Amino acid sequence: MKKLTLSLITLALAGVSNAALADTLRMECPISPGGKEYCNYVKDRFEKQTSNKLEFIEFPAASDEKLALLQQLFAAKDEKAVDLFQSDTIWVGLLDKQTLDLTDAVADMKGDFFPGPWANDTVNGKVKAVPAYLDTGVLYYRKDLLEKYNEQPPKTWEDLTRIATKIQEEERKAGHKNFWGMIFQGKSYEGLTCNALEWIDSYGGGTFIDEKGNVTINNPKAAAALDMVAGWIGKIAPKGALGYKEEESRSVFQNGDALFMRNWPYAYLLSQGADSPLKGKVGVAPLPAGPDGKSANALGGWQWSINANTKNKDAAIALLKILTDADSQKMQLKYLGFAPTRSALYEDKAVLETAPHLTLFKEIFANAVPRPATATKSQYPRVSNAIFNVTFKVLNGGSDGKTAVADLEKRLERVKGKDWH
Amino acid sequence: MAHSGYQQRRRRIAWILVAPALLLLALAAGWPLVRTFFFSFTNAMLDNPSEYQMVGLANYYAANGGDSRGVLVDPLWWQAVGNTLWFTVVSVGLELLFGMLLALLMNQKFRGQGLVRTAILVPWAIPTIVSAKMWGWMFHDQYGVVNDLLAKIFGYQAHLAWIAEPSLSMWAVVIADVWKTTPFMALMLLAALQLIPTDLYEAARVDGASAWQRFKRITLPLIMPAMIVALIFRIMDAMRIFDLIFVLTSNSEATMSVSGYAREQIISYQDMGVGSAASVLVFMMVAGIAACFIRVSRLNEKEKR
Repeated sequence: MKKLTLSLITLALAGVSNAALADTLRMECPISPGGKEYCNYVKDRFEKQTSNKLEFIEFPAASDEKLALLQQLFAAKDEKAVDLFQSDTIWVGLLDKQTLDLTDAVADMKGDFFPGPWANDTVNGKVKAVPAYLDTGVLYYRKDLLEKYNEQPPKTWEDLTRIATKIQEEERKAGHKNFWGMIFQGKSYEGLTCNALEWIDSYGGGTFIDEKGNVTINNPKAAAALDMVAGWIGKIAPKGALGYKEEESRSVFQNGDALFMRNWPYAYLLSQGADSPLKGKVGVAPLPAGPDGKSANALGGWQWSINANTKNKDAAIALLKILTDADSQKMQLKYLGFAPTRSALYEDKAVLETAPHLTLFKEIFANAVPRPATATKSQYPRVSNAIFNVTFKVLNGGSDGKTAVADLEKRLERVKGKDWH
Repeated sequence: MAHSGYQQRRRRIAWILVAPALLLLALAAGWPLVRTFFFSFTNAMLDNPSEYQMVGLANYYAANGGDSRGVLVDPLWWQAVGNTLWFTVVSVGLELLFGMLLALLMNQKFRGQGLVRTAILVPWAIPTIVSAKMWGWMFHDQYGVVNDLLAKIFGYQAHLAWIAEPSLSMWAVVIADVWKTTPFMALMLLAALQLIPTDLYEAARVDGASAWQRFKRITLPLIMPAMIVALIFRIMDAMRIFDLIFVLTSNSEATMSVSGYAREQIISYQDMGVGSAASVLVFMMVAGIAACFIRVSRLNEKEKR
């Protein structure tokens, strides 16, 4: 009884003191399994540290649906709808006007994060988001098959083509009729833009558009990269790869019907699952390099942004700092399996115990290349659309590399008009 | 005089009774339509539709020296129009053919008739998204049942990339759509078939008419009105096809429909102005076709009289 009275009094007091300055902040909570536990951990810390309350909201899982919903919320000018949310890598330029300038608030954090994602979150010199977790394109390979045929994981695309051709031929001779050397995401959608960026940048062909916003795609190296990939189709990669997104390609690989696969890190844990025929047979490497020895892995992942119309900027920034500190990133990895964005965590013992596979990814994350989204701002969807459609046309044989990069340059210049906006 | 007063009152009561429905229609269908028309003359963006400038017809067509712009000079729009028309003609044509065959079959008396009629509705009852995903896996080049059947029946081991190759992907869309909507066509036609009095056929048989003559002279003319209604429905539906294509082949320009084009402008590019202009054009295409059909069927009726 005494205890109850006491807690009632504390509660009442807390209510009184809060009423003076407390706000309720609303934050997006990831809907994946483990999201609740992670969010409650953040809520505990935030409510202890500040006198504010924290509420959670959910957004659709599909990236484009989420963007459409966010845009509607911003259009309705409802500043109470959400204070903190996660932006996709490619939205930071797009949502420039709707997100709070964090430059001063997070100035001291810059050195702790991987440089690629940090640069991606900086628009016109202003930090508009803080990397929440990482994702990047990687090369998966079959350890057992490479061993069987006495090969090493490929260092260059040339290597990859040679090894894939050889092992595919041998495996087919041995009766594995629908075995393929290499698969990737060739459907005409955002994923193909990521693949194209990796091929072209590793060939030294640049990133379509440079940081200053100049269109750089029309060059012979970019054309050569596209021609190389077009040469795979029907030979070491099935024509069907032109209809694959992530899951379709993973199904072929995990079924044991492919030697190499380009995909995101999520596929690693799934390939090591108890029901996977490939358990213990899969290796991960950075994507192969082009003729000049450069390798490029497209950057993906999500960022924490603050709604520019938030009513309580200080509390929102405090929350952002809690969310992106080392402890929270560890919890995020533990509960959600998301890869941290602070580079020091990849040498943290506790982290590597929970997720030993992260050692495989560290080097890859450090070299991740962002898509030309930040520089092209709200025009990025058109830019990406032009990229994946032109690439798709080369892959299905409707065009060659040289014509394609000239065509793409024209399309990108038309989208740009006078300048990106 | 008293008579016309009664007429007047009747008319007034009729209007009062219909008014709520009309109001609802105006709110649900008219208002969005008017707004779309309005936005097609502005440069509004999706993330901030309250700030816009009037740009006149620029979203449709604007001559800008040698460099004209607008939906009507966008080659992609015309490709989408071509895709949509091709899809409409081929898929509705096949649906009419198969629907007619199924309806004639179901019109026969046989055991298990009820079961067949119910079973045939299943594809139509499955949501488009679900059936699109399902067909996506069936068309999978490695594990899809379609390629497997081709291999088993014709010994043709080609691993056709149904939803990836531009030459095949439109056919993949047509196959999935025909599978889904033939039952609708069949049921519309079956309902019409069952209204034909059987003594007409008996009389024709007595007169020695062949099966084909009976179909051509009795069945076809009598189900024509129902068939036209079914065709209008299907053509209007096919003209605004979106979800099936979007799920099956995503943003590929080879299969993009006019609705897909409009969606891309509004949702992907946030450009409400151009997207609304495209939507208005889609609306005009669909409405134009409906008007043509209604005119043709009226002319037919007049001729008969």
